Amino acid sequence: MKRKIDSIIEAIIFVCGILSIIFVALIFGFLLKEGFAFFKEFGVIGFITGDLWYPTSDPPKFGILPLIIGSLFVTAGACVIAVPIGVMSALYISEVAPKGVRDVLKSFVELMAAIPSVVIGFVGMVTLVPLVRTIFDIPTGLTAFSGSIMLAFMAMPTIITISEDAIRSVPWSYKEGALALGATKWQTLHRIVLRAAMPGIIAAIMLGIGRVVGETMAVMMITGNAAQIPYSIFEPVRTMTATIAAEMGETVRGGMHYRSLFAIGLVLFLITFIVNFTADLFLGKTKK
Amino acid sequence: MSAKIQIKNFNLWYTDFHALKDVNISVEEKRITAMIGPSGCGKSTLLRAINRINDTIEGVRVNGEIIVGGKNIYSENTDVDILRRNVGMVFQRPNPFPISIYENVAFGLKVNGIASRKSVIDETVQQSLEAVLLWDDIKHKLKKSALTLTLEQQQRLCIARVIAVKPQIILLDEPCSSLDPVATQRIEELMIQLKDIYTIVIVTHNMQQAARVSRDTAFMLLGELIEFAETGKIFTNPNRKETDDYVSGRFG
Ligand SMILES: Nc1ncnc2c1ncn2[C@@H]1O[C@H](COP(=O)(O)OP(=O)(O)O)[C@@H](O)[C@H]1O
Ligand SMILES: [Mg+2]
Repeated sequence: MKRKIDSIIEAIIFVCGILSIIFVALIFGFLLKEGFAFFKEFGVIGFITGDLWYPTSDPPKFGILPLIIGSLFVTAGACVIAVPIGVMSALYISEVAPKGVRDVLKSFVELMAAIPSVVIGFVGMVTLVPLVRTIFDIPTGLTAFSGSIMLAFMAMPTIITISEDAIRSVPWSYKEGALALGATKWQTLHRIVLRAAMPGIIAAIMLGIGRVVGETMAVMMITGNAAQIPYSIFEPVRTMTATIAAEMGETVRGGMHYRSLFAIGLVLFLITFIVNFTADLFLGKTKK
Repeated sequence: MSAKIQIKNFNLWYTDFHALKDVNISVEEKRITAMIGPSGCGKSTLLRAINRINDTIEGVRVNGEIIVGGKNIYSENTDVDILRRNVGMVFQRPNPFPISIYENVAFGLKVNGIASRKSVIDETVQQSLEAVLLWDDIKHKLKKSALTLTLEQQQRLCIARVIAVKPQIILLDEPCSSLDPVATQRIEELMIQLKDIYTIVIVTHNMQQAARVSRDTAFMLLGELIEFAETGKIFTNPNRKETDDYVSGRFG
């Protein structure tokens, strides 16, 4: 009897595992099929380097350079904001804060992670956007910069929690060794503890940023959605994800516009893949 | 001969646990002083009081004085970082930092602002590694992670790291307990060489080791200093019965 249950459970687990592989393969296959159908007709170079995105004009223009740059601005901005603040917070929580403060901060960070992204986008739209407009005295607060701040806010809980784990698992003997050599607490933290925790911190950053690269709703609500090449982060932009989400409903199934959105998905996939791959290479190197 | 370290009526508590009770010792300059006693008697605690690394443990309270270089290190105006630079420590398990061999030795120079010119640092790194007889083995792989070394090499590196900042006192807490007998013997030889320049205090639960390397020996039991005398006297003709029982292997 026990044997039988065991083998049934095994079979279920096996099927689940296979299913997840099949799903990924199917999604990827679909992306490839539609994407390549588009590239065959329109060409890759013109798609990636074209600076105009007018998918519904006649003739349509499918240049996603503005979208790529839009995504790049928003994501890079989010990194610049979230990485230092996130890592510093992790350092503060794990090494500096007294116990009471630490517990409060940790639950606060967990709470931050639980806020749905639409809510963050919505709150950002009514508070952050007007603020950015007045502070920088620009025509609209719906800018790449506002999007970066929102994304940074979403990436931070992941970065903080995972970095904190990495920092706290640095062996006590390293700290003791550094202090015993006359290092101050701060020197010990940034020269030894941070360095020893670096592989974990990089993984934290990758996961945090990875979480927001694909983020759509909040970004769509806040960045102004203008498919034009921005010349500064204080201009409205539109990201690749936002484009797919916004336009998929209006396309004709099987048409060029429809397929172009899959092609964008393919490009997005490729970029994410390259980023993850580089991170893996880097992680493997620092671990040795 | 002047006393380098004077421990006077020293008491230490871990929260409520009275770990050191009225300890008095005078450690002389430029010789090796050993602390022996059964496990848990407070040897490490006493050693770690001399560079105030116990301060990092929550709930530690002390009372009494430890005088190093004429000053009570537990007085309020002691600069702990300067004290620790002056009183180096080697731990029971080798604890090289997970960075390169070179950076391990250069660490103390950089954090203490002793040297910043690369040529000066290079020279000190070489001298320190030579002093622990490691230079010839590893000079071609200074950029490699220190964790790639053998345990013995790691412990030598930890000693080199301490020597690099030119302390006057070196504290060693069972430095050979994770090494094999051959490596132990070589580290002992190294210590004997180093005593001409540094004042060395070594904790060991290996009585033969204390007998081999030290000039003076302190015997501790349950947080108290039972007897402190020349090593020869402690091992052949101790004053106290407890010491005699311990060194003749009747307990511990
Ligand atoms: N961090 C600590 N907190 C509480 N008690 C401790 C701590 N470290 C050591 N002790 C206690 O203090 C006593 C002396 O320990 P230690 O100095 O490590 O002994 P030894 O080095 O002679 O083996 C032991 O009873 C030990 O349990
Ligand atoms: Mg000990």
